[in-house]
Amino acid sequence: MWRWLIPLSVVPVLALLAYGFRVNPHEIPSPLVGRPAAPFVVRAFDGTEVSLAGLRGRVVVLNFWASWCYPACYEEAPALERAWRTYRDRGVAVVGVAIQDKPEASRKFIADFSLSFSNAPDPDGKISVDYGVYGVPETFFIDRAGRIRLKQTGGVTDELFRAEIEKLLGEPA
Amino acid sequence: MRPGSVIVLVVVGLAAVIGASAATVSAESPSAAKGTVDEETVHRVAAQLRCVVCQTLSVLDSPSEMAAQMRGIIRERLGAGQTPDEIVQYFVDKYGEWILLAPREHGFNLLVWAAPVVAVLVGLAIVALLLRRWTRPRAEPVATIDPKLRERVRRELESPP
Repeated sequence: MWRWLIPLSVVPVLALLAYGFRVNPHEIPSPLVGRPAAPFVVRAFDGTEVSLAGLRGRVVVLNFWASWCYPACYEEAPALERAWRTYRDRGVAVVGVAIQDKPEASRKFIADFSLSFSNAPDPDGKISVDYGVYGVPETFFIDRAGRIRLKQTGGVTDELFRAEIEKLLGEPA
Repeated sequence: MRPGSVIVLVVVGLAAVIGASAATVSAESPSAAKGTVDEETVHRVAAQLRCVVCQTLSVLDSPSEMAAQMRGIIRERLGAGQTPDEIVQYFVDKYGEWILLAPREHGFNLLVWAAPVVAVLVGLAIVALLLRRWTRPRAEPVATIDPKLRERVRRELESPP
């Protein structure tokens, strides 16, 4: 029996390694999907006040970004602006939150990409933590009932935006 | 370099360090009423949480801005009367148990706590078994010498060369 014990003891170790190598440590499921989105009230860079409560009844796309987040945030910014222009008259709101960023750098980013949707800073990180944000870019799709339905880690593409928004718009309010 | 210039450099350096730490403190507690919150408690809560942008450090040890903001949130919530357990639970609600540096002792997580103890016990048992085997006095092999052979040896020893 002893002769087999040592080779056999390798099996659980190999099984654990096989499991570990198949898991992406950067993909951490958010416990927030399916739960009500945390309320927030922010003063946008253009001076207007934006709140989740004020957007109730609309599908809200909440995007966390930073001007230093290159290239992902630079790649998705035009897609977000295109999507916002396409869907803003169909009950969709896009809100950008600049995190861990200098206000002047955020303003330059907004100007460079001619972003016309609301963008606000998160100077004390409260919105970031309320949404369990790890890094940028991260985007939350919130349905008309105020529930988080999808968390996208990494840049948003035209295809992803369209697919998710069409699904959420198709649901009864 | 003249001694005077060295002193000036040291003073400028010190001022920069003090300024930087003051800036960090102000970034950590934008609105919390500092002084009314026990910093020991802030440290104790922050030490349990994983820094989300660096992953290998606690919120207490990480120099990142995100960790500083999280310490600010801990301080503010303590100031608002929340208990350390409630604050840890708030972060778990937002990030899942991944945020805890030490997994909670229940369910599958128990394996993490039990495995080292079990491994040490199994190791000790193996060592004890081996030690017993090595130190056990060996039984003398029963001499079964052929009487004919014994007789021949005796004869050859006694006979002159």
